[in-house]
Formats: sequence, C-alpha cells, structure tokens
Amino acid sequence: MPSPKPNVVHPHLRPNQIGLTIRDYEGSMSTLCAGCGHDSVTAAIVRSFYELSTPPHLIAKLSGIGCSSKTPTYFVGGAHGFNSAHGRMPSIATGANAANRALTYIGISGDGDSLSIGIGQLVHAIRRNVDMLYIIENNGVYGLTKGQFSASADIGSKSKRGEVNRFGPIDPVSLALDLGATFVARSFSGDKEQLVPILKAALSHKGFALVDVISPCVTFNDHEGSTKSYLYTRKHLLQLISADFVPFAQEISVEYAPGTATSVRLHDGSVVRLRKVAADYDPTDRQGVADHLELHRHRGEIATGLLFVDKQASDMHDTNKTTDVPLAQLPYEKLCPGSAKLDELQKTFR
Amino acid sequence: MNPTDVRNPDYFHKVVDCQWACPAHTNVPEYIRMVAQGRYDDAYMLNRDSNVFPGILGRTCDRPCEPACRRTRIEEKPVAICRIKRVAADNRGDISARLPKAPAQKLGKRIACIGAGPASLTVANDLVPLGYDVVVFEKNALPGGLMRTNVPSFRLPAKVLDEEIAMIVDMGVEVRYGAPVTSMKALLNQGFDAVFVGSGAPRGKDLELPGRKEAAAHIFIGIDWLESVAFEHIHQIGERVLIIGVGNTAMDCCRTARRIGGKDVKVMARRPRPYFKASPWELDDAEEEQVEILVNHVPTKFVVEKGKLKGMEFERVEWSEDAAGKQISRTIDTVFIPADDVIVAIGQENAFPWIERDVGIEFGKYDLPKVDEKTMQSTRPGVFFGGDSAWGPKNIIWAVAHGHDAAISIDNHCRGVSVAKRPGPEVKLITQKMGLAEWSYSNDYSTAKRAKMKHVDLQERFKRISTEVEMGFDAEQTQREVERCLNCDVQTVFTDKRCIECDACVDVCPTGCLTITQNGEEPELRNRLTVPAANPTQEIFVSGGLPQTGRVMVKDEDVCVHCGLCAERCPTAAWDMARLDLTILKAGQNGCTSSR
Ligand SMILES: Cc1cc2nc3c(=O)[nH]c(=O)nc-3n(C[C@H](O)[C@H](O)[C@H](O)COP(=O)(O)OP(=O)(O)OC[C@H]3O[C@@H](n4cnc5c(N)ncnc54)[C@H](O)[C@@H]3O)c2cc1C
Ligand SMILES: Cc1ncc(C[n+]2csc(CCOP(=O)(O)OP(=O)(O)O)c2C)c(N)n1
Ligand code: SF4
Ligand code: SF4
Ligand code: SF4
Ligand SMILES: [Mg+2]
Repeated sequence: MPSPKPNVVHPHLRPNQIGLTIRDYEGSMSTLCAGCGHDSVTAAIVRSFYELSTPPHLIAKLSGIGCSSKTPTYFVGGAHGFNSAHGRMPSIATGANAANRALTYIGISGDGDSLSIGIGQLVHAIRRNVDMLYIIENNGVYGLTKGQFSASADIGSKSKRGEVNRFGPIDPVSLALDLGATFVARSFSGDKEQLVPILKAALSHKGFALVDVISPCVTFNDHEGSTKSYLYTRKHLLQLISADFVPFAQEISVEYAPGTATSVRLHDGSVVRLRKVAADYDPTDRQGVADHLELHRHRGEIATGLLFVDKQASDMHDTNKTTDVPLAQLPYEKLCPGSAKLDELQKTFR
Repeated sequence: MNPTDVRNPDYFHKVVDCQWACPAHTNVPEYIRMVAQGRYDDAYMLNRDSNVFPGILGRTCDRPCEPACRRTRIEEKPVAICRIKRVAADNRGDISARLPKAPAQKLGKRIACIGAGPASLTVANDLVPLGYDVVVFEKNALPGGLMRTNVPSFRLPAKVLDEEIAMIVDMGVEVRYGAPVTSMKALLNQGFDAVFVGSGAPRGKDLELPGRKEAAAHIFIGIDWLESVAFEHIHQIGERVLIIGVGNTAMDCCRTARRIGGKDVKVMARRPRPYFKASPWELDDAEEEQVEILVNHVPTKFVVEKGKLKGMEFERVEWSEDAAGKQISRTIDTVFIPADDVIVAIGQENAFPWIERDVGIEFGKYDLPKVDEKTMQSTRPGVFFGGDSAWGPKNIIWAVAHGHDAAISIDNHCRGVSVAKRPGPEVKLITQKMGLAEWSYSNDYSTAKRAKMKHVDLQERFKRISTEVEMGFDAEQTQREVERCLNCDVQTVFTDKRCIECDACVDVCPTGCLTITQNGEEPELRNRLTVPAANPTQEIFVSGGLPQTGRVMVKDEDVCVHCGLCAERCPTAAWDMARLDLTILKAGQNGCTSSR
C-alpha cells in the first residue's frame, strides 16, 4: 500500500482567489507506478485549476480505461467524475456537456484509449466542437495491459522486450488539426513550465481543446530504443511556440520585440500571448501549421507548444442553438412540456 | 551554488534540530521511536549515554530542544520531548546490568572533583569506567548539588534523584560528605592527577534597601531558603509572602511558600511579562497554585515598625523605549504591600574565596575563572571547571554537557595527549527502506495536538511538600505524543546520478520542499523554488548537475515532514530515507566517521 499523503500544509502556501490552497485541488494518492509521466500531468492539472481559481464543484472529470484514465481520481477530489468504458469517454463528455453547459469539462485519455478503441468517438467530439479540455497522456504503449505498442508508437521504436514496431503512428495533433479542432497543443509531462500555461489556456478556451502530452511510461517504455522515453523526448523536443497565459483583468506587462508575439483574447477575456520560437510560424494559420508539423516530423523532431488556436468557431451549443440555461437547471415543465406541446411541434413537420 | 556536501556531519545533524539544540546532543527522535515501540529500557539507556540523568531531566530539564523542535514550523506546539523522556524513565525495568562498571584493573590515576552536583557526577560517570579513581569532595551531607538543595521535591522526588545518583556513585566513586574544600592550594598538594571544579554558583544576590538589616529575621535569600526547606531546617513561613524577582528560583520559592503556610503569595516583577526570566511552564504552574504575579513593581524599601517587618514599598512604573531603543521606566506612584516574610530571588553569583589567586588559575571578568570553551581547562593545566562554576548559573543539562567535555580533557591530560584533541562525532546513515512503500519508521503524519500534562489536584498537592505535582503521561497520551515526532533524523538522501527528472518527487511532496531547476546564486535560487525558501537560518540542499538536463535538484529542508513520499515515488531510488545515527563521542571512545 502506498503511504497516504500527509494531512499537513506548508505555512506559506497562498490561497487563490476563492480561498483554496493548491492542496485543496489534490485527489487521492496515486496508485500508478512511481515515476509515471501521468502523475506529472496530474500535478500540472492541479496547479492549473488552482491558479485559475476554478471552484472544484464546477469541474467534471471524465475518462475511459488505462493508466492515464485512472488519473482523474488523483486530482480535484471535490469535482464530479465519470469513469466510462474503454474509449467511450468522448460520448459521455458530449452528453454531460449537452445536459449541463455550466461545468468545466476535462477528459483524460491515453493513446490507446483515444487512438485505437476510442478513435471513432474522439473524432466526433472534435467535429462537434464539444467545449472541453481533452488530454491524451501519450506514452506509445498500453501501459495498463503491460506495454503493448499503441497506435502512437513510431515505426522502428523498440518494445522493452526488443521487438520493433512496424506500423506507422497516428499523430493526434495532425488528426485534430485536420478535423477542424479549434485548440491544438502538444507538450511534455517533464516540462510544467510549458504545460501549465497551455492547460490554463485550454481550460479557458471555448470549444474542443486537444492537448497531446508526451508522458513516458517509466515501466514499459522508458528504455533505450523507445521514442517516448524521458531521455528521447528531451533530446528531440522542439518548442515551436511558447505560450504565456494572462488571466482576464490582469495587466499584460511583458513586452515583446515586434513581430515575435501574437496575443489571442479568449472567450472569457483572458489572453494567451504566443511567442514564436520559429520566425515564420503562425499559430492561427491551419494550413501553415500542418505544413510545419509535417516538416518537423520529417526531421525527427517533436514539435511542441500551443500549436494552433482558432477562437472564432462556435461550439456544439452555439451550433445547436441550445438555451443558455443548462438543461440540468431548467424546471421540469420547461424541459418536458408534455404531449400536447409535442403534438404541436410534430404538426410543424407535416 | 556549489553542490551541498552532505558528508559534513553538521549538514544532516542540523536537520535534527532538537538533537542539535541539546547541549548533550541527546538523540531525541531515536528515543521517541523506542518509547513508541515500548522499548523503555533502550530509550532510557540511549538517553543516559548522552544526558546521564533521564529521570531527573525528564522532569526538570530546561528543554532547549523544544523551542528548536521542527514541529513548530508547521503547527503551534513542539513535541513534548521532555515528557517522553520521563515516560522512558518511569517505565524502565531493572537496567543495572546495562550500566557502565569500573574495570577490575585500575589505571592508578586519581581525580578530585569539588562538589557533588550534576557536573562533577558526570565527570565521575565518564571516568570511573575507564579505570580512574575519582574522589568527590562535597560540603553537604547529601549529593546532587542544587538538584537536591534547590529543586523542590514536588518537582523532583528524592527517590528519582537518589536512584540516578546511585547509578554513578555505586560504580565506585569515593564521595567525601561534609568535606568542604577550603583551600585549592592544599588540594593541589594532595597529588591528584587532575582536579575538576564543579562547585556551582553558590551565592544568592541580596537586595540592599532601607530596612534590610532591621527586618533580617523575616527576609530570606531564595536559594538559601530553599536549601533550608529541603534540609528541613525551615518548616513554615508567614501567611503573606512577597517574592522579589521572577526567575525560575522565584517560581520554586513561591510554590514552596504555598506549601508551608503561605496563603497570600505575591511574586513582584519589575518588568512586564515578556521580560520574565522564568520558563513559561513554571509561570503557568505557579499561577495554577494561586500565586499572584504583579508586574511593573520596583522595590524601594522594607517597611519596619518596632523592629518588625510590616511589608514593602514599591514604585509602580510604566516602561517605554527611548530614542536609542533602550527600555526606560517612569514612576506612576508608590504603593505599600503588607507582608509577613520576604524572599529575595534575584539571581546567583559565583564565589571562589577558597581558590588562592597565586596557584596559576587566572580570573577574568566578574571574577569568573578563565575557562576554555571546548576543553573546560583553566589557565592551570590539569584544573578544569564545569557546570555553574565555569560561566555562572545555567542548568542541569549544560552541567552534564560540560562534565562530558571535561572528562575527555581529563582523560587526555592523564594520558599525555593534548586536551585540544577532541573525538569527532560518529556518524552513520542507515537506509529505512523495508520494501515497496514500506519504511522501518512510522512515516505517516499525525495531526494530534500536544498532550497536556495532568496535575495532582490542588488540595492533594498542598498536603505534603513532597507530593509530585506532574503525573506523567499515561499510555494513551504517550501513544499520541510519540506520533507527533516528525522523525527529523530520517534524512532524505539524494544520489544525482540516478535521477531521470520525472518530477515524481517534486509533485508528491506535501509541503513543496523540492524543485528541479537551473542552478543559480543562493538568494535568487531560494526565490525560484516551488515554495520560496524563506527561512535564512535553514541551509538548502543543492545536488550536482542531473544527467539528462544538467539542472539541479534543490531541497528546502525547512518544512520537510520526513514522510518519505519522495523516496517512495522515485522510480530509480535517487531519493532514499536514511536514519542519521550521530553519536557525540565521550571520554575513552575513539572517533571514526563513516558514511552509508
Ligand atoms: C531554585 C533553583 C531551581 C532550579 N531548577 C532547575 C531546573 O528545574 N532545571 C534545571 O535544569 N536547572 C535548574 N536549576 C539550575 C541547576 O540546578 C544548576 O544549574 C545545576 O545544578 C548546576 O550544576 P553544578 O554541578 O554546576 O553545580 P551545583 O548543582 O550547584 O552543585 C555544586 C555542589 O558543590 C558543592 N560545593 C560548592 N562549593 C564547595 C566547596 N568549596 N567544597 C565542596 N563542595 C562544594 C555544593 O554543596 C553543591 O553540592 C535550578 C537552580 C535553582 C537555584
Ligand atoms: C473493451 C476493452 N477492451 C480492452 C481492454 C483492455 N485494456 C485496458 S487498458 C487498455 C489500453 C490502455 O492504453 P492507454 O489508453 O494508452 O493507457 P495507458 O495505460 O498507456 O495510460 C486496454 C487495451 C479493456 N479494458 N476494455
Ligand atoms: S504501467 Fe506505465 S503508464 Fe501505467 S502507471 Fe506504470 S508507468 Fe504509468
Ligand atoms: S520526506 Fe520528501 S516528500 Fe516528504 S516532506 Fe520531505 S521532501 Fe517532501
Ligand atoms: S522521483 Fe526520482 S527520478 Fe524522479 S525526479 Fe525525483 S529523484 Fe529524480
Ligand atoms: Mg498509453
């Protein structure tokens, strides 16, 4: 049994705007392998929610099956949660969001959960632009079932036992971009300085935000010959663009050399400042981003950063013209006006 | 910053603040764990090795360890370290077989100790087992020094005192009672190989005010009066008693007065409460016994009528700070407070009328002997001082620490080794890992609050002066209190070569002690940590460059609760929890410093 997390708070921990400390955003003690990248992503999520001062009871955590999908238990103990069947988290999230648009949705999935069994679900959530943060904790293997290659494993990547992967990978970032996703990012569990601002921006973004996080499986995919190990990722990582998240109503004080930064004002008034590392990179040009991704893939580089953002698009509720009041809060008579009203409606279709 | 050198024994020792603060460097967390496991004999012996008098100190120690306790960095009150020491002493079995013994073959070296207080007794305790013949000269009829004559029996029962002194004397110490040393010269001529002066600070300060002489029959010097009560020369006192002074002696005087006739007992203080010299717990205990403490009263005269003491006159004052920050008083008015008896408890002084000034023992400021702080040697080789005699009144645990240091010097002196040569501490780091997420210490954090000592009820305690007030912790209190200890001796030990920078330790640490970051200069680096390292008195740990990125692991030891989670969540065992076993070596022990 892992030791429980001590019930002690650092005396200098500062409360956020709603009076909670970062420890109030923790969940129960992780049961993942020690050193798993997923735990670091959990810590980045905890930090992001704490810094955004999101009330825990207004958060809904959803997941499928896998080590990655276990992690919602380990953050924001006070949030709502649903652990669905393997690969089915997107439809549960879509349904939940349809019923109660007032919550902040965060879906945690793995490369197996999202790119194999659940790929049909994922693509429709993107297509519908469900307002949620969708994190893929990408380790190139099915960690929970002991390390089989997943659909994100690179050609030539070696398993722990030495066999070589021969099928080409699915890149969730390219997939999302191609399907019209409105917020696409990639990061690394071992780099919270990059990951936390991306997660905060993604949580503030209206619409589907996909964040692919390289998150090494320390037990089954951290050896020599793996292309998703800590060492390999650190060696091949290329930050294309760096994001600073500036919450609404906070002064933007950092000055950037002209032409090197773009500000994007998000739906809730907060601003993401994107600093280009590559000079000709434009994170609002879908085609240009796709070309860049192809180029870096070719060079064997892992392109990271808040790669693409489009704040214009309408989300599922806008498209459906749903009422502003969450369905879950509508009085029953309004939600279900009775058979007389139904007849009336049906008449209009005749 | 340069990588921290954890092979320097001081680095980890300073993390064990209680042990560091204890003048005798008692291994506190280890004995607390022993008590937790019911190993009272082991806990007693571990204490005895360092502080010689666990039963006495478990009741009376000044406890410099407690304000140092790291628990106060995360909550209000320290672990009740001293009380747990008493638990070990109260519950121990017969440990006589484990006590040191004099060897059959003696060295033929004779050591004289002056006074049978804790300092001399410690010297004897350390030297007799090495084969020295120790002769103690004591002017009183009983051993123990102020522990016998001044610490009242309701705080320290005679049985406890007798037992622990007997452990030393019964090794074969020759104590000559009723034998005051009246001439150092004469003693030096008796051919001892070394002399230890443990004669204490025996003179209580007097209060020279008008009326002092006329009312002498009803005015007492605190330490002399306590001694007279202890030796049963005084059995009673008037109903209205004034105690002048507000140190620990004053507290013992007022509480003693309450037991032998004092009904209206007032402690008169010149200054407000924050300036009191008495320990907070002594003040609490006195007030519990309905002693009144009056602040801002400056005594001006003893009022005598027809040759009889009527009371005392005081100026009531107000304190403020002058431009230089010095406290100055302003008199408000003058008040008369009636009294039958007055006890003056305003401090003690050293006095060495029996040391001739031409025997090579130099005296300096305040007529105190010149004594080397490490070796305890005076300016005359072979003559050593310790306890209150060296630098004025301190306390029992300092007397013990001085005794250990002097014993090392005496042993060196007699073997022809320089007294400056001191044994280093013996240091071991022992991993506490038992298995996956399994540790050989109780690493869980307990939220329990400090247990409160139970007292015998007021009526009962006033019936007999020797009724001990504190009842000691019961089993349930002990059980809870031991778990409050943070095991600060179980160190987080880092091996930088092993770290893969997965962040697991950084993420899991409940108190944000850890950071992986670029190295930098100390002030700036301290600011960049997960939680900025705000306590400048606490050194921070900085590793060497980490293999994958060259960044460094930084640990702010300040509020580490030694939960072991960093080591538990580390996939490569780059962190380990290892117990620091640090023993300050004593006379006759040879030092060797080893690492894991
Ligand atoms: C009222 C009072 C209460 C105290 N309470 C505490 C307490 O609760 N906790 C604590 O830690 N400390 C306490 N102290 C302080 C503590 O008792 C002393 O610091 C400690 O006993 C000093 O030890 P020592 O061995 O140096 O000398 P002492 O204990 O003073 O012993 C000196 C001995 O030398 C003998 N002696 C002196 N001159 C000669 C001579 N010329 N020839 C032969 N013998 C001689 C004396 O009779 C005495 O027995 C208290 C002190 C007082 C006055
Ligand atoms: C319907 C169904 N099919 C197969 C499984 C077995 N299974 C459990 S987890 C998993 C893959 C998990 O991989 P991933 O999503 O990458 O998570 P990771 O453990 O790597 O974080 C599979 C195939 C299952 N639980 N349910
Ligand atoms: S098996 Fe891999 S993915 Fe699963 S917890 Fe262990 S390290 Fe993490
Ligand atoms: S033992 Fe490790 S995890 Fe626990 S408080 Fe200390 S540094 Fe943090
Ligand atoms: S858990 Fe271990 S390997 Fe991971 S960062 Fe901490 S020390 Fe390094
Ligand atoms: Mg996976």
